[in-house]
Amino acid sequence: MESLFISLGLSEDLAIFITAIIVGTILIHFLAIFAGFMTWIERRLAARFQFRCGPNRVGPQGLLQWLADAVKLIIKEEIIPQGADQTMFRLAPFMTVVGVFATFVVLPWGPNWIPADLDVGLLYLISITALVVIGILMAGWASNSKWALLGGMRAAAQIVSYEIPVAMGLLPAILIAGSLSMGGLMRAQGWLPWDWIAFQNPFSMLAFLIFFVGSIAESNRVPFDLPEAESELVAGFFTEYTGFRFAAFGLAEFGNCWVVGATATAVFLGGGNLPGFLGENALISLLVFSAKTLFMIFVLVWLRWTLPRFRIDQLMEFSWKYLLPMSFVAFFGQAVFMLISWDSPMIQQVVSHAMFLGFLGLLFKFSTRVVANYKEHATPVNSRATDYVAPPVTEVEAEAAVAE
Amino acid sequence: MNKQLTTQYMTINMGPQHPSTHGVIRFIVETDGEIIHKCTPDVGYLHRSIEKIAEGVTWQGFVPYTDRVDYLCAMNANWAYSTAVEKLIGAEVPRRAEVLRVLSAELNRISSHLVAIGTCAMDIGAFTPFIQLLAEREYINDLLEMLSGARLTYNYICIGGVMHDAPPGWIDKCEEFVDHFDLAMEQMNRLVTYNRIFINRMANLAVIPAEMAIDYNLVGPNLRASGVKSDVRKDEPYSIYPELDFEIPIGKGVEGEVGDSYDRFFLRCEEIRESIKIIRQGLKLLAGTDGPIKGKVKNNIKPPVGHIYVRHETPRGDTGYFIQSNGTTSPNRLKIRSGSFTAMSIIEAVAPGTYIADLVAIIGSLDVVAPELDR
Repeated sequence: MESLFISLGLSEDLAIFITAIIVGTILIHFLAIFAGFMTWIERRLAARFQFRCGPNRVGPQGLLQWLADAVKLIIKEEIIPQGADQTMFRLAPFMTVVGVFATFVVLPWGPNWIPADLDVGLLYLISITALVVIGILMAGWASNSKWALLGGMRAAAQIVSYEIPVAMGLLPAILIAGSLSMGGLMRAQGWLPWDWIAFQNPFSMLAFLIFFVGSIAESNRVPFDLPEAESELVAGFFTEYTGFRFAAFGLAEFGNCWVVGATATAVFLGGGNLPGFLGENALISLLVFSAKTLFMIFVLVWLRWTLPRFRIDQLMEFSWKYLLPMSFVAFFGQAVFMLISWDSPMIQQVVSHAMFLGFLGLLFKFSTRVVANYKEHATPVNSRATDYVAPPVTEVEAEAAVAE
Repeated sequence: MNKQLTTQYMTINMGPQHPSTHGVIRFIVETDGEIIHKCTPDVGYLHRSIEKIAEGVTWQGFVPYTDRVDYLCAMNANWAYSTAVEKLIGAEVPRRAEVLRVLSAELNRISSHLVAIGTCAMDIGAFTPFIQLLAEREYINDLLEMLSGARLTYNYICIGGVMHDAPPGWIDKCEEFVDHFDLAMEQMNRLVTYNRIFINRMANLAVIPAEMAIDYNLVGPNLRASGVKSDVRKDEPYSIYPELDFEIPIGKGVEGEVGDSYDRFFLRCEEIRESIKIIRQGLKLLAGTDGPIKGKVKNNIKPPVGHIYVRHETPRGDTGYFIQSNGTTSPNRLKIRSGSFTAMSIIEAVAPGTYIADLVAIIGSLDVVAPELDR
């Protein structure tokens, strides 16, 4: 796009500046709209899991429900509780939003479609998401509410603990790709599933799982949604928020889903590559990338509406006692594996093919199980009393009435 | 530098309006961070003086009020009160009415337990099982609606019998539901009962040993989960329960110690299965029984002077109705003894040392229902 502006006769600096503004505007709007759309996805899918319909009135299939919700939230009155720290209270939602939005600088859309392909892309991603926790802690502290405070503290403890396994989980991928940049990571993966980093060997698979679980915890979703556990802490850190600032927290939370899905896709699942297609064509790779990301988001929603919630001590235990040691194993195992297979690519080939076959086997087992469950799924009975007629007065009743 | 950093407990008000307290219950919780130091239940937010109202209405007129004592098992409350008055006036209840009473009460027991385990799972954070169980409860509501015309407060079991006979086709629909329900329960168990996260949250939480349960006068599923085999349906059999073949499940410490929260949860699932067994037998009895559904009871009852105490097994356990009559058209004094009240009182003893998140699990597992608590 820069070349277009340069050909129009602008200086190079100005061209880069204008391009940055245009791309930034597009991305911010994409995230805002996607976060709204994500609420629709979440609610519709949740409804399917629960034998309900979900929002289906506003627009086709309720697609515009989120617009109505957003308008409602924006025109609502902003209430700042008495005794709240005004400045911090007002600022907090935007800190979290900035933390999520800033990740889009490095989030790819295809191997050659990256707003800024930084050399330290992954490092930047990990560090910028830490801004979110500052916003949450500020919100919890400034609200002058004990529930919000508890939620904020939980969030701080949780996000900080889970950042370590997430970062450790990304290390094996970096080892394989030999690069920290998103573009480098995506180019390191071929178009066949066993060339994707997740399926290369058991250790990279383990790293992928650790990364994904840790990311769910970092984005505060079930089963790790303790900071906003509605049955314990009312609404957690945003208990006291109303109107647009409340919406901003929602924006950050749902936008984060995209960040998690996109990172997992770019780093572990081959980015914009598809069997039979290497992500060279920008448009197709964009579509493929989005489809993979949406699938990961579907998994997030699926987990959310299936699982119960951890307790805070179990959550910490899970991170420090299980995920972290496992991520060390993954990192060390990956290094050793690379050392062994350095000179003989055959080993690498065999292992990755075996991994993919194993994955296919699991998928088959899973789908047969789903089919079996579906077949013995309890079919709803129709016991509606529509044809019900009030019973006639019995003789005894009639007698009793006469006797009175 | 002799300044010391002092810390103090944080007092949190949990309720009366709090998403996990299902109705207006209030706890004053002193916490040390996330750990509960002291928890004081505060009851009385849903007090409607139902017992006092009884002194101003006729004997039959109080039946609809018993619906409101515990709206999750209105049938059982109807029945307990009606039995008490029947014993006072010495009325006979026809056999068909007894069968219908057992059937409707057991259906209501299932629906009440469904809400109990559903809300318990919801407090742990699993929202889907709650919705799915409420969907099952709708089918029971449909069946009870066919019987009584109402879906929540039935006013079905009346003094001397039941209000209406089962409409044609009710038995078939009931059988259809029972067959369907086995699968639905299996589905629910897969979703939440055998879920590792759920088990870890509930097992070994708030263990109530048998002696403690008896000391605090726990009743019903909460007492049985502590390993005490006590059920009014077996201990002091009433109605046609002696003819029916069913078992009283007790807590066995499936995943942890006997009497923990998971036991209480699991026990309710098992009780649902026993109730299904009773319903299957009851439907056979109903098909083979004919006759009136209401004994001869005058509209204007004036029981002789005296008093009576009747115990019935409701989903919340041993519910007692004490009635004192001085021979007029309304009770002189009526006292309801409810299981939720004692369950509420034990929270103060078991909560300290647990986490805030555990408190909601304890409330859920003890199945405290606010309207029954305060009456």
